[in-house]
Amino acid sequence: MNLYELTIKEARSLLDKKEISSKELTRSILDRIADVDKKIGAYLTVTEESAMAQAELADKEISNGNISSLTGIPISIKDLICTKGFRTTCASKILEDFVPVYDATVMKKLYKAGAIIVGKVNMDEFAMGSSTENSGLQITRNPWALDRIPGGSSGGSAASVSADLCAGSLGSDTGGSIRQPASHCGVVGMKPTYGRVSRFGLVAFASSLDQIGPITKNVTDCAILLKTISGYDRNDSTSVPEDVPDYEAALEQGLDNVTIGIPKEYFEPEGLDPEVSEAVQSAINVIESLGAKCIDVSLPHTEFAVAVYYVIAPCEASSNLARYDGVKYGFRDKEKDDLIEMYRSSRAAGFGPEVQRRIIIGTYALSAGYYDAYYRKASQVRTLIVDDFKKAFESCDVILSPVTPTPAFKIGENIEDPLAMYLADVFTLSANLAGIPGMSVPCGFSSKGLPIGLQLLGKHFNESILLRTSYNYEQVAGFHKKRPNL
Amino acid sequence: MKITKQEVLDVTKLARLNLDDASLEKFAGQIDTILAYVEKLSQADTKDVPPTSHAISLTNAFREDSVKEHIDRDKALANAPEKEDGSFLVPKVVG
Repeated sequence: MNLYELTIKEARSLLDKKEISSKELTRSILDRIADVDKKIGAYLTVTEESAMAQAELADKEISNGNISSLTGIPISIKDLICTKGFRTTCASKILEDFVPVYDATVMKKLYKAGAIIVGKVNMDEFAMGSSTENSGLQITRNPWALDRIPGGSSGGSAASVSADLCAGSLGSDTGGSIRQPASHCGVVGMKPTYGRVSRFGLVAFASSLDQIGPITKNVTDCAILLKTISGYDRNDSTSVPEDVPDYEAALEQGLDNVTIGIPKEYFEPEGLDPEVSEAVQSAINVIESLGAKCIDVSLPHTEFAVAVYYVIAPCEASSNLARYDGVKYGFRDKEKDDLIEMYRSSRAAGFGPEVQRRIIIGTYALSAGYYDAYYRKASQVRTLIVDDFKKAFESCDVILSPVTPTPAFKIGENIEDPLAMYLADVFTLSANLAGIPGMSVPCGFSSKGLPIGLQLLGKHFNESILLRTSYNYEQVAGFHKKRPNL
Repeated sequence: MKITKQEVLDVTKLARLNLDDASLEKFAGQIDTILAYVEKLSQADTKDVPPTSHAISLTNAFREDSVKEHIDRDKALANAPEKEDGSFLVPKVVG
């Protein structure tokens, strides 16, 4: 077996037994990146030198018996998480040369746990998109079909895990940006409960929706990485002082007392590919056969989720992205000698089309005379969506659904039709609006060999039951073991 | 029509964006389609429904007002496109 194929859990075991060294493992990943990433385009920055130095240090720690959960394990990071000393571009021309002067809280936690950072990975610019085609810097391809998108916005994270270019990755999810690319790339992804993981040092897109989470090769690795990054942080006033359970320890419990809710609204939409529907249905059957009880639930306001999201997220974005003014950091048009013209010209040249579109929509929807009709109305309908979940979770522990209506589409297929792209987010957006945890796990392949994902949604701060349900399923289904042929 | 090219132009001034005519034309059409879709929200009955701004609401996330680790002036200026004498440099603002 090649070392780059190892899961986090497998690598941990071999490193601890000193059958491999972190230097060998990290070298293997870096060689794999040099060899294969030309085809994929997952990495924006490879931090080879510091990764090898970290690996050498990790080997010393291991020989001294100072072993943490990720000591010596190579991880990739979505390029909107601030990494001190390594450029953090958000895949935008406006931040192409931005080098943070501090680490995000999740980075401090990863370093403390001994992780090796091998590089920063591509995404849709400022996390706005579902295909990674909106990257202002490069295209990323789906490792299962190089003419298709890897999903987005954490497309680089999902592709890097799927193609064995790292042992695990951190992404971020504002409307499905972890779950959807995980689904399209045949890997595991978790959007934790809002407030579970600190957002300090995560470049803000839509602050009431953004959450950092793991993308991994299997459910066990997801549990390990989630535990490492979770917890209250005084630097993020929206992080929640809840205890972080030992997620891995809960995995082995069976599903006898688990009730699964099936929301009919998630199986009705026009455009739901029958192959996706069938794969998800057979996953539900497997989970039922493992002892879980399945019931029907209703989320009646699902039809409004896309409209609510595409008001609230652009509104928050237009406010958050006001900070890119060509003064404090980022691109500046130095030709302009008038302040306002300098702002306008720098922002027009620095932001790509999707980011500009959303800034315009958000600014419009928040402007005088339109606020009540758009932002306030959307915030009220958001309450109805929150209440739908509260009611549904009175009778079940986990809600199962597809992640996306179709498998990965072709590069360029939807780029000129933003609304069509938005409508494909229908199954993932609600979890962000309601702040609940959501997961994607592989549940099959289409006739063209494209991965399909199963979505699991849970109650606030109950990531454990999602991990436990998906772990039990994964052991029987085994789809996570299949890797693309590169 | 929900939004005209002229309205998009007005919004770009508020949003500090400077777009050429072709971009304004293209965005006006695309944004019009999106706003027409969003109109769907009017079908939801929201009488007496309070708005949600955060799904997990915390109240009074207070902490002690004390000096903690912070970045110094040089670091704060490290990424500035133009700087002078320990300050951010901007084009002349007053005449």
